[in-house]
Amino acid sequence: MNDRLRSWSRAAVTLILAAAVYEALARSGWFAPALMPTLEKIAATLITVLADGSMLAHAATTLYRVLFGFSLAILAGLPLGILMGRSRRVENFVLPLASALMPIPSLAWVPVFILWFGLGNTVSILIVFYASLFPMLLNAWAGVRAVNPLWLRAAGAMGADENALFWKVIIPGASPFIITGLRQAFLRAWIAVVGAEMLAASDWGLGWVIFDAKEFLNTDLMLASLAVIGAIGFVFERLVFGSLERATVLRWGMVRAAKG
Amino acid sequence: MYDAVPASPASATVSAIPGATEDARWRVIARTAFPFVVVGGAWEIVAHLGIFPPRLFPPLEAVGSAFVRLTIAGILPHHALDTLVRLLAGFTLAAFAGVAIGIAMGRSRRAEDIFLPLVSIGAPIPGIAYAPLFLLWFGLGNFSTVLLVGFVSAFPIIFNTWTGVKAVKEIWVRSAQAMGADQRRLFVKVILPGALPYILTGLRLGLAQAWRILVGVEMLAAVPWGLGWLIFGAREFLNTDVMLAGIAVIAVIGLALEKLVFQRLEQFTVVRWGMMT
Repeated sequence: MNDRLRSWSRAAVTLILAAAVYEALARSGWFAPALMPTLEKIAATLITVLADGSMLAHAATTLYRVLFGFSLAILAGLPLGILMGRSRRVENFVLPLASALMPIPSLAWVPVFILWFGLGNTVSILIVFYASLFPMLLNAWAGVRAVNPLWLRAAGAMGADENALFWKVIIPGASPFIITGLRQAFLRAWIAVVGAEMLAASDWGLGWVIFDAKEFLNTDLMLASLAVIGAIGFVFERLVFGSLERATVLRWGMVRAAKG
Repeated sequence: MYDAVPASPASATVSAIPGATEDARWRVIARTAFPFVVVGGAWEIVAHLGIFPPRLFPPLEAVGSAFVRLTIAGILPHHALDTLVRLLAGFTLAAFAGVAIGIAMGRSRRAEDIFLPLVSIGAPIPGIAYAPLFLLWFGLGNFSTVLLVGFVSAFPIIFNTWTGVKAVKEIWVRSAQAMGADQRRLFVKVILPGALPYILTGLRLGLAQAWRILVGVEMLAAVPWGLGWLIFGAREFLNTDVMLAGIAVIAVIGLALEKLVFQRLEQFTVVRWGMMT
């Protein structure tokens, strides 16, 4: 406990030091103040845009896009991945396609999608879908294959029918992988949405704010939006997926599987 | 859009199966090629039906001829080479800095306390979000691109190296010390090999991250050559065939990085030493 307290205080000292160094550089006048605004100015900008609601609107637009695409990826990737794990034929068909498409970064599709669907929401949502589909698919597939065959036989011997086998054994057994898949998929989706918004959005979204602020040298607004993006990513990673993990695999005592 | 890389995944899957007889090998190739043939056929049919304008939805032969034309003219290889050089430069930067910081964090309590808060704050922000900031600070072009790629891919390398060094079994360290190993030998002979599986995982993740970011950054940074720029620039002239040919090259490079570089490296080190199967 004492050890932990020391770590916290040292972390605080580091952050304060880093902030002080930044502040000193910003005030030294070596760099143009437009390029390196003081922390005070960044905080003031952050408060202003939060108070007038524009930042919240941008964040809401980005969240809408990312959650829409992410949900589509779950709806498509999870059943298909499970099907791949259960059926050899589906696996033989989907796996080569997935391994050919996976190494293409999702952002490479942005220009093509812009041509096909025009600027706007559709492109961002589809890019998010593309980015988060493969982690979801491959993890669901790996999870179903990793279910211990002994459990399947035991459940079968105890008279479980196909339906019960699926819902009571396979899904819980694959859940550590599925949750890892959700996590990775969201991480990719979050990167993809910011990039897609920079390249393809018209006037809303956090990625667009950062990119647009560059044109007007609003470095303070850029740094404020970066902080918002980091905060949202952090909240999803720790709170949403962390509590999902606690409510399922940790409670079922499958942590070791989740780590491996 | 699925047909862009017909040959490479087939060969990759085949080589993964040891000791396959000639007959089984052909069956595997046919099985792997089958989905590509189906999707490619569907693409051809849709393209030739003329539902979409052919400029936006070119048939495969147009993509193929764009690929051949650009390759012969030397344009495509030049773009690919520039992208690869940037990737390697950025990744090398990240590998050295990341492994050094990670090892320092794993070995010294003080370094851990200093770097961990900074790294934990920087990591959850998607790398591409930093791109406009880097462009403002360091200007358009190569320098910003390489720096950003290095910066972004350093995070997984730092995290994994740190975990790896901490995961080296205490008993190995103690027994090496009991046998009289000095600090340097302890580091080179025990800690480094012990942490290597993690470091390799980190490098692999870092390279994948660098690859994903690089293509996007090239579109933003207005570099004169590069695959990302090729695709983005082709949009202006509605050259969908050029874009798809560029994406095919991106897929091949991505696959090659994963299959050739890292699986080999792993086989030569940790698998041979019996630390991973």
